[in-house]
Order: sequence, then structure tokens, then C-alpha cells
Amino acid sequence: MSKKDSEYLINRKDNQYEVVIGLEVHAQVLSESKLFSTSATKFGAEPNTQVSLVDAAFPGMLPVINEFCVKQAIKTGIGLNAKINKRSVFDRKNYFYADLPQGYQISQFKDPIVGEGKVILDMPNGQKEVGIERLHLEQDAGKSIHDLDPQNTFVDLNRSGVALMEIVSKPDLRSPDEVNAYIKKLRSIMRYLGTCDGNMQEGSLRADVNVSVRPKDSKEFGTRCEIKNVNSIKFMQMAIEYEANRQVDLIEEGKTIDQETRLFDTKKNETRSMRSKEDAHDYRYFPDPDLLPLEVSEKFIEELKKDIPELPDDKKKRFIEEFKLSSYEANILVSDIDTAKYFEEVVAKMGKNKDIKLAVNWITGELFAVLNSKGLEISESPVSAKNFAILINLIKNGTISGKIAKTVFELMIDGDKDPQKIVEEKGLKQQSDPKALEALIDKIINDNREKAIEYKQGKEKLFGFFVGQAMKASGGKANPQLINEILKKKL
Amino acid sequence: MSDITKQSLTQLVENIKNKKLSSTDVTKAFIDRSEKSEKLNAYITNDFTSALDKAKKFDQKPNLDLKLPGIPMAVKDLFCTKDIKTTAGSKILNNFVPTYESTVTENIWNEGAILLGKLNCDEFAMGSSNETSFFGNVQSPIDKNLVPGGSSGGSASAVAGQLTPVTIGTDTGGSIRQPASFTGIVGLKPTYGSCSRYGIVAFASSLDQAGPMAQNVKDCALLHEVISSYDPKDSTSIDFKRNHYSKELTNNIKGKKIGIPKEYRVDGMPKEIEDLWQKGIQYIKDCGAETIDISLPNTSYALPTYYIVAPAEASSNLARYDGVKYGFRAKGENLIDMYEKTRSEGFGAEVQRRIMIGTYVLSSGYYDAYYLKAQKVRKLIKNDFDEAYKKVDAILTPSTPSSAFKIGEKTNDPVSMYLNDIFTVPVNLAGLPGISIPAGHDAKGYPLGLQIIGKAFDEQNILNIAYAMEEKINFKNKITDWWIK
Repeated sequence: MSKKDSEYLINRKDNQYEVVIGLEVHAQVLSESKLFSTSATKFGAEPNTQVSLVDAAFPGMLPVINEFCVKQAIKTGIGLNAKINKRSVFDRKNYFYADLPQGYQISQFKDPIVGEGKVILDMPNGQKEVGIERLHLEQDAGKSIHDLDPQNTFVDLNRSGVALMEIVSKPDLRSPDEVNAYIKKLRSIMRYLGTCDGNMQEGSLRADVNVSVRPKDSKEFGTRCEIKNVNSIKFMQMAIEYEANRQVDLIEEGKTIDQETRLFDTKKNETRSMRSKEDAHDYRYFPDPDLLPLEVSEKFIEELKKDIPELPDDKKKRFIEEFKLSSYEANILVSDIDTAKYFEEVVAKMGKNKDIKLAVNWITGELFAVLNSKGLEISESPVSAKNFAILINLIKNGTISGKIAKTVFELMIDGDKDPQKIVEEKGLKQQSDPKALEALIDKIINDNREKAIEYKQGKEKLFGFFVGQAMKASGGKANPQLINEILKKKL
Repeated sequence: MSDITKQSLTQLVENIKNKKLSSTDVTKAFIDRSEKSEKLNAYITNDFTSALDKAKKFDQKPNLDLKLPGIPMAVKDLFCTKDIKTTAGSKILNNFVPTYESTVTENIWNEGAILLGKLNCDEFAMGSSNETSFFGNVQSPIDKNLVPGGSSGGSASAVAGQLTPVTIGTDTGGSIRQPASFTGIVGLKPTYGSCSRYGIVAFASSLDQAGPMAQNVKDCALLHEVISSYDPKDSTSIDFKRNHYSKELTNNIKGKKIGIPKEYRVDGMPKEIEDLWQKGIQYIKDCGAETIDISLPNTSYALPTYYIVAPAEASSNLARYDGVKYGFRAKGENLIDMYEKTRSEGFGAEVQRRIMIGTYVLSSGYYDAYYLKAQKVRKLIKNDFDEAYKKVDAILTPSTPSSAFKIGEKTNDPVSMYLNDIFTVPVNLAGLPGISIPAGHDAKGYPLGLQIIGKAFDEQNILNIAYAMEEKINFKNKITDWWIK
């Protein structure tokens, strides 16, 4: 494997292979009720407690489109810079399975609600554009549970009929790292829009991964294999690595790759054949006669556009311009909507005389470290943005030193305490009174005359010793800048 | 009153409103006659005991402002009825008891009617003779061993045989109009989107419509007025201004232009059908309306188109009957085996035939040649009607190419069975309203019907034409009570 110029290639003897990846991401629409029924969609509910007669496909039951889900799909389309189709059609995808009560999934086949769009990825060696082929709405199936009983399979229909957006990328991705960046970017955009919570543990975001390989510099695509239903980025990356190498090995051995659907075994870290092209289902797609074509007006779309918040790309641009942040810093802050929200609240609470760089450093440093160690999301931060802003201001205006600030921060974590109060109660206020500090320094120089002389004779290293002594004598509270200045003067 | 069951719905409503009859009198009379009519095999499930209770309850506190005050009524077993077994004529739903009510039947009960029971029909409404029902043939009251038509065969028999004053059926390709024609009664297939499909066991979603079946046009208009409603639970239901069909009913059709489509003169059509049609044209003229020769050039493609579209939708609609959630389940070695056994044992031959046809025409490689092409032809057929309606207000045709046939006569010849629908299917494909009225008898004394096809949402107009013609025709159904115990 070589990573020359960040290019992901697979090397065999004299040959180099490029990996071509396309993703079909299934994102659960953030909605209280299902795509064609009014049942709830809460995660983790008791089995079969969120099932209507429609979801269980009772005779004579009919689907009625949930307008909110349509709006969510269109908003997502707008967020992906995509064409919104004013007329789309729901089709039936017919197949039999125990957790598919209707015997078909209502999906969109020929005429999806969202057409072509694009997503920009920030890669270490620059930006990369990934094309979106389409986004369509479809129903989720239920869940078959095989391990509760040796003889029987249990079926939970809570998910049956839940709205999914299938987002199909063009085959533009070239490495596991790009897949990682792509999924994270999609997730970020949808979380900004509030159209998908992006929770991969709860299955709100999963993907079918299409992988093929081709000799470097070749223009033609190789035969692809589809790895079904991978539910974490790490597994996607592992599956791609395995699958790409498997395909390269086949080519190197002079064998051909069969177009097929494969499963990723997370325990054995390998993909294995699920069904070949010959065994592929014939889904007998046809327009669902229970539903009229879905038609939306220009006005409807325009109204939704007004609801679109500032998205990560724009926010990043603004952060760089407005706050003079580096692209790297801006990326960290905008990638998750909650981080961006926290940061912007801190900025707002800091008031006029603010030090944004300092705030960024503290968020990405101390705060992230605490969140990491406690396994918390920033939305659950033990320190509110308000108190965080006060702390930064205390550093900025010299009330406390950066070092003392760390002590204060640790005390803040327990119960979101006001840093101002901590400083007062614990007497941690920085000593910035020049006269007091001068007296303190005079005493230290007096007590260490010999060292002072050595310093004057050129042993400049000793300056640090005097700073240390001064800080120690002040209990760490002395303003280090002032100490520096006074020491320079006195020595 | 021994002749209660001979009264029309309109008369019964009037007599109950005038307190000349109680709901209990009427309900009892129809239950008695139904009980003596087992030979017809019109019912799959009866609910007589609770019907009588409901009638008594109604009489204690009668609400006479309702449109169907205390009127007993049996309905086709394709309508889901809360707490009453609903089978669709199939073994696969033999044990199915819905927890919900179809919108159409809900509308009926809301107007004061009382459920007598569920009427026999072809399995999943697939048939033209009621011979595909898991619950056996229905006999026609017209003659022994005569089919009542289908798929609403039980409904037609029950109305013609006076087991129920009126009823509702469903019509996907002629399933109301053909049996109405075979049994000498009136049957209306409303405009697609006029009556909600919610709670009706689906056969072919883009074609299915519920509609009234009655002894006469006025009863038919009254029942249609009750069942037709906009329903947000059915995405294909249409919110248009509905008439008070019975109140607005008039026999004044002077100046109306009625189209006579030459393509309905099909090869091998019996002379008596042609004669009936000519008589119909004369009646139209007698009513002061005008007839105009028109052309519906794509008529001959309607039947093949129908037998692609309907099975395609059915093959998908019936996928839910898989033994997993409700209904019949056969034991199997594994999931696939269970599916295969359940569906092989649970569905009858005709249903299986149509599932296979539907699966075939939708399969990849055949979709374009069959399903897609059929959809295009369907559009052409609709365009034919649109073109014709630029010149005429309604269209007159025979309802069926022949009178009723004997039980078993066409069982082994599905194509000849399918030909029964030749005059009715174009109407479903175009989503239009059509009504069949009894207009005469053939040489054997079996009823023959004429069909009036209207513009979309123009039920009032075809009801008026039917009403005016009915007066001129003065049809008398020859019911001998041959089956009564």
C-alpha cells in the first residue's frame, strides 16, 4: 500500500490499482411519525408497540404520505446542493420476507424526489467534490430476530414503515479516508438541517458500499461488488480494504470478479458472497397505485429554502473571515452542529473585549479532553457556554493565569460553577499589583544574591529559576508577564 | 306484512319514517327470507342475532332523520367490518376478523343501516360467475344452476332474491354491473375516487371502486349518496362536490346527447343483445334525448389491457397474505416452505393464475412489453372517452355480451369467462362511472342489462338517464322463489 501524495493505491508486483467506491446511504428521516402512517418512531420502544394497521399491512389498509417527511427530504436535497424534482413517484419494490408485511417496500425507483447534487470534502491535501446521484424516500422494513428461540423467528415491526432517505453517491470516492470524510460530511449536513440525527449506533445511518478496482490511470470502471448494510464508518473502511484487496488478488491471479452482493463479517473482518447477479431479486418495480405521484410546487420549495440554516461549508467560511480562524480550526468547530453552537454561544457571551483564538484553543483543548474522558457529547457539556466564556475572559483580562485557569476549569466541571466565584472563594486571583510583585521579587533576589550575580555574568538560563521562585512565592497567582517584566528590570 | 321484502329501499325508508313499519319488522322479514334461502348460498357469514338486537335498539329510540333508518343490509364480504369475519371469499382469510371498519360501510351504519351479514363473492373479487369463491357457488334467483355473475355474485343474488333491500358491491372490471345485468337489478360503478377504498380488501387498486346494487334506480341513487364521500385515509379519494343524488334525481333528460359506440358491436354477439341495444336507443329517443353514433377506437384493446393491469396490481396487493401476520398459515419446514404451502393451499386456482400473470408482466425484461405498454393503451382508452364526451353527455352500450350462463359452463375456459367483461372493463380503465339497468329478457327469460357510461363525477347524469329509461322499460324481474324452503 502506498500513500504517495495521499493517493490510496493497492500495489502488487509492478501493478498499482485504484479503488472506486460509491455509497448508498440510508438515513432515517428525523420525524415523529412514519412515512405513510401516524405510528411513532421512537428508538428502543418495546417490540411491536409502534405499529399501526397500515404498518402491519392489514387487508384494505392504505398508505397516506406524511408531508413532514417530504419536507425533510427536500431540505436534505437543498443541503446537498441538489435538484429538487417537482414530480416524483412512489413505486413498489416487491419481495417476500417475514419482516416486510406488505410483501413490498414503497420506494422511489424511476422518479426520485431529489436529483443530482454535490458534497465538498475537506481532505488533508485539499478539497474534494463528491457527486450525489439522487436521494429518494422509502419505507424501512421491520426486524427479524433469530436468536430468541431455537425454532422460531420473532418479528418486530416498530421500524416497519419508518421513513428513510436513500442517498446515492456517484462512484467518486477513492479511499477509506474519503469514505470517512464523506459519511461525516453527510451526517454533519443532515444534523445541521435537523433531517436525520445521524446516530449510527441506533441504525439511523447505514450504508451499502459499492467497491471496484481498476489499474491506476485506467478510465474504465471494474466490476463492482456491493457490500450490504454496513453500520459504522470503521466497518465501512475495513470492508473496503478487505474487498479491494480481494478484487485485486483475483485480477492478479487472472480471474474475473463476479458482480454480486456481499456481506461484511465484522468478527472475521472479511466480506463474503450473499447472492450473485444471477440470484438477484427481480423486484418487479411498478408505480404504487395506492398513491398519486408526489407533486410539489416551486412555492413549497421556496418556503423550505427559507428554513435552511447556515450549513457547515458557509459557517466555516464565515468563521474564517469573521473570527480569523485557520481552515483547520474552522473545520473542527463546524463539523458538528453542537460544537458550532457551543462555540458561537461562547463568542457571544464573551462580549466586546474577547479573545477568540484563546476560546478556540480552550474548546479544542481542555473542553474536548474533558468530554472525551467522560464520554459526553458537547450538547451534554458539564460546563455551560456562559461559564466557559467567563473563564476565557478571566484569562484574557489577566484576572487569572492560564495555569490557574486549568485549576479553575477542573473545579467548574462539577456542577457548572461560576469561575468568577471559584476564583474569589479560593483566592486564586492573579497578583497583578506591580508594587507587591516588586517587593516579592526584591526579596527573592536578596535571598539568592549569588545566582543573581551569575545571571548578570551571562548565565541567562537562570532567568527561569527566578520566574519559578517568584511564581512559587505567589502561590502560582502572580501575573507571569509582570514577573517577567519586573525581573528583567531588576536583574 | 308478508310483502316487506318485496318493497324497495325507498318504500321501506318511507314506511319506517311514517312508523308504518318498525326496523324490527323489516329486519325480521329479511332475516326470515335469508334463512329460507340457504340454497342460494348468498351469505358467507350472517350476523342475524345481533342485527335483530340492533333493530330493537333502533326502534326504542328511532332517529328518523337518517337516510337509512333501521334498514337491514347485507354487504359483499370484501368490505372489512369491525368484529365480523371478513374473508374476501378466500380460504386464506377464512379466520380473519378485522378490528376496523371500511369507510364505505361506516358511512352506511352512520346513516342508520344495520348489518345483516357478509355476502359471497369470487375469491378476492376475481371472477365473473362467483364460482371462484372458497365458500362455494352462488345460485342465481333467476334459475336453478344459473350463475348470478361475479364477482359481486352474492350481492346480486341477495338483492334480486330479496334477501336484502339493497347492497354494496365492488367493481374492478365489471363486478357490480355484470352480476346486476345477470340478475335483473341496477348496479352502479362510481367514478374512481368517488367512494373510499379504505378498508376494502384490495384487488387492483387503480381500478377498484365500491358501488350500490339495488332493485331500482332511485334506491341506487340513495345508497350512492350515502357511500360516496371524500376520505383522507385513501390517497386516491377525490374531494369534489357530491350531489344529493336521490333528491336531485329526475326523469327529464330532454335534449341530452347519448353516444352509441360502434366498436361495442362485437363479433359473435347474440342477436338478442343487438336487439336489446336497439330497443335501448328507442327508449332514449322516447325520453326526448338524442342518440349520436360515436367511435371509441381502442375498445378492442381494453380487455387485454385490463388483464395485464389488474393481475399486475393484484400480484403485489396479495403479497401480504403470506401466513406471517394473520389469516391461514400452513406448516412449513422454513420460511420459504411456509410461504409456498400457505399460498398454494390458501389461494384458489383463479387467484393463483392471476398472481402468476401479474408477476410475469411485471418481471424485468417483460415490464416494458406488457405493463408499460398496457398503461399507455389505458391512456389511449381514456382519451377515446374524453374525445367522445366533447360530443355527447353519456354513452349507451349493452352491459354484457350475453345473458347469464350455467354454473360450470365456462369454468375450464378462462378466456371465454374473461370476455364477459368486454363492455365493462373500458369504464374501469378510464375511471368513469357506469350503471347497468335491467332492460329486457333473452329467449330463456333471463335478464339482460344496458349500461350507461358517464363523464367523470357525472353520476347524477347517468342516474337520471337510467331513471328515465327505467320508466319506459318497465322491467319486471321474474323471480319464482324456486329456492325457498
